[in-house]
Amino acid sequence: MAATSLSRSGWQFRRPSIIPGFGLTLGFTIAYLTLIILIPLAGIVWRTSGLGFQGFWAIASDQRVQRALEISFGTSFIAALINVVFGTLVAWVLVRYHFPGRRIVDAAVDLPFALPTAVAGIALAAIYAPNGWVGQLLAPLGIKVAFTPVGIVVALVFIGLPFVVRTVQPVMEEIDREVEEAAATLGANRFQTISRVILPGLAPAILTGFALAFARAVGEYGSVIFIAGNIPFVSEIAPLLIVIRLEEFDYQGATAIAAIMLVLSFAMLFVINLIQAWSRRRYGYGV
Amino acid sequence: MDVSIRNVRKEFDRYPALHNVSLDIRSGELIALLGPSGSGKTTLLRLIAGLERPTMGAVHFGSEDASHHSVQERNVGFVFQHYALFRHMTVAENVGFGLKVRPAATRPATSEIRRRADELLDLVQLSGLGKRYPNQLSGGQRQRVALARALAIEPRVLLLDEPFGALDAQVRRELRRWLREIHDTTGHTTVFVTHDQEEALELADRVVVMSQGRIEQVGSADDVYDRPNSPFVYGFIGDSSALPVHVERGQVWLKDRALGLSAPEASDGEAMLYFRPHDVELLDGCGGCIAGTVAASRRVAGTRRVELEIGGEQHRVEIELPVDHPAASKSRIAFRPKRWKVFSQPVEAAKAA
Repeated sequence: MAATSLSRSGWQFRRPSIIPGFGLTLGFTIAYLTLIILIPLAGIVWRTSGLGFQGFWAIASDQRVQRALEISFGTSFIAALINVVFGTLVAWVLVRYHFPGRRIVDAAVDLPFALPTAVAGIALAAIYAPNGWVGQLLAPLGIKVAFTPVGIVVALVFIGLPFVVRTVQPVMEEIDREVEEAAATLGANRFQTISRVILPGLAPAILTGFALAFARAVGEYGSVIFIAGNIPFVSEIAPLLIVIRLEEFDYQGATAIAAIMLVLSFAMLFVINLIQAWSRRRYGYGV
Repeated sequence: MDVSIRNVRKEFDRYPALHNVSLDIRSGELIALLGPSGSGKTTLLRLIAGLERPTMGAVHFGSEDASHHSVQERNVGFVFQHYALFRHMTVAENVGFGLKVRPAATRPATSEIRRRADELLDLVQLSGLGKRYPNQLSGGQRQRVALARALAIEPRVLLLDEPFGALDAQVRRELRRWLREIHDTTGHTTVFVTHDQEEALELADRVVVMSQGRIEQVGSADDVYDRPNSPFVYGFIGDSSALPVHVERGQVWLKDRALGLSAPEASDGEAMLYFRPHDVELLDGCGGCIAGTVAASRRVAGTRRVELEIGGEQHRVEIELPVDHPAASKSRIAFRPKRWKVFSQPVEAAKAA
C-alpha cells in the first residue's frame, strides 16, 4: 500500500499528516544539528582548505599519517568484529538464561560507558603490561599485548562492547519463542535454528551494533594512549597524531588529519547504512 | 497414523496442568480439543508434538512409543496461532524450510524443494505468491502459508493451536470450511485446539471437551450437544439454564412442588436441573411445571430471550419465547423443559465447574 502510493505521487517534501508541528520540529532539528554538528565540522573543512591542495596532499601522503590512519581504522574494525561475536553472545546469555547475578552482569555491561576512558586505559595498561597480572602470564608465551596494536584492540573492545550488547539485546528479547518451536517441529536442529532462523533475524541489529562500536572506536583516544605505547608507525593512532600536531601549534596539519578521518568515517557509516537498508528490505522489516 | 495418549500427567512447577489424561485418536480423524482457557488443551497438543515432556504417562504414534523422541524426530506438522513464520524468508522459502534442513541423505534437490513448495502453495490457494515476504500477506494468507509449511514435511500428525484465533470472523468461517476440504483431500490425522465451540462442533469428527486439566467428554457434535455427560459440558456447549432442585423417589421437586419430571436413575437428594432455553414447552395452567415471573427480556435474532425469577429465592433461568409472545414484564409464565438432565450433588458439581 505505502509503496504504491509513494511511487504514484513521487517524491514529496511534506506528506499530509494529522500530527501537528511538522514545520516547528523540522526547523528545530535542522537548527540544532547545524549548531552541534555541522558548524564544527565545517570549521574543520574550512581550516583545512587554508592549506591548499598541495599542502593537504603533502600531509595526506605523509607516511606517518597514513600509518596512523591504517592503525586507527584497522584496529577499530577488528575490535568491532570481536565485539559483534562476543557482544551477541553476552546479549544471548542475558536474554535467554536466568541465573543468580544476572542483573549484576547486565549492569556491568554498561561500565565502559560510565568509566572515564583514561581510567580504563590505565587499568588495562597495568594489567596487560609485561609485569601486570595478565601480562606476566602472556609474556613467557611470547605474547605482548600492552604497547602494541594488540593492546589498542583490547582497549577498543572494552569501550565498544556495550554498543553491540545494548542494540542486540532488545531485538533478541522480541524473538518469538514460537518461531524457534516452529523450526524444531519442521525438523531443524538447534544449530540450524540459530544459524538459519535466529541470526538472520538479528542481522540488522548486529550490523547497527557493529557500526556504533566501530564509530566509537575510531574516535577513541583516552583509553588507547595509555596502553598503546604510541610508537610512531607501530602503535600510534590518528587521534593521537592530531593531538601531537596541536601541541606543535600545527593547527592546519591537525585539521587536515581530522578532515581525512571525517571523510573516511562518513564513507564507512554510509556504506553500513546502505547495507542496513538493503537487509531491512530483504528481510521485510518496515518499508 | 493412530495417536494414543496414555495416562498423561503434566505439571508446571508442581502445579498440575493435566491430570491423567487418556485419549485415542484414530488415523485420518479430525479431532477438536475444546475448552476454556486454562483447561489444558494447548498443553495436551504440545505434549503430542513433543514441545513439552509429560511428567508421567506416554504418547504413542501407531505402535511406537514416541514419548522419548524429540520434536524433530516426531515429524509432526504444527501450526501456531500467531503463524510463527520466518519473516526474513520468502513464502516459498518458508514452505521449503522443513525439506531444506533435512540431513543431506534424505534432502531433496533444490529444484525438487521448489517444485514441492509451489505444489503446496497451489493446494492452499496461494499460487504465485511464493516470492512475497510474510509481512506482505494478510493474516488469513499467512496462516495458509503456515499450514503449507507444516504439510511440506509430510507429517504423521497435523496439530493446530487455535489456528484461526487471530483472524476476524469472516476469514475464520472461510478458513474453517477450507481446512475441512484440505483435511478430506490429504487425509492427515489432525488435532486442533479451539475455545470456540461453534468451530469445534462444525469442523471436527469428534470433539474432546476439556476442563481444568481433565477430559470431560469425548464424542461427536451430536453427542456432546444432545447428551452432555456433566454439568460442565452442559454449561459450556451451547446455551443452558440451571435450576437447583431435589429428587425424591425418582421425581424432580422444586421446593414443595413436583415438576412432573421423572428421573428414575437419579439418587435422592439435592440436584441440579439443566435444560436448553429453546427446548421448553409453554403451559397455561400449572399442575407440575416451573413457573416464574419475567424479570428481563431481550431480543436475540429470531427469538426473544426471557429471564424468569423462579420462586421467591431469586433463582433466575432463561428460556426462549416466540417473538410475538405477549410476555410483558412481571407477567407469569409457566413452562416445562422438553429435554433436560438432572445432575446430583449440585453443590460440589457447581464448585467443580
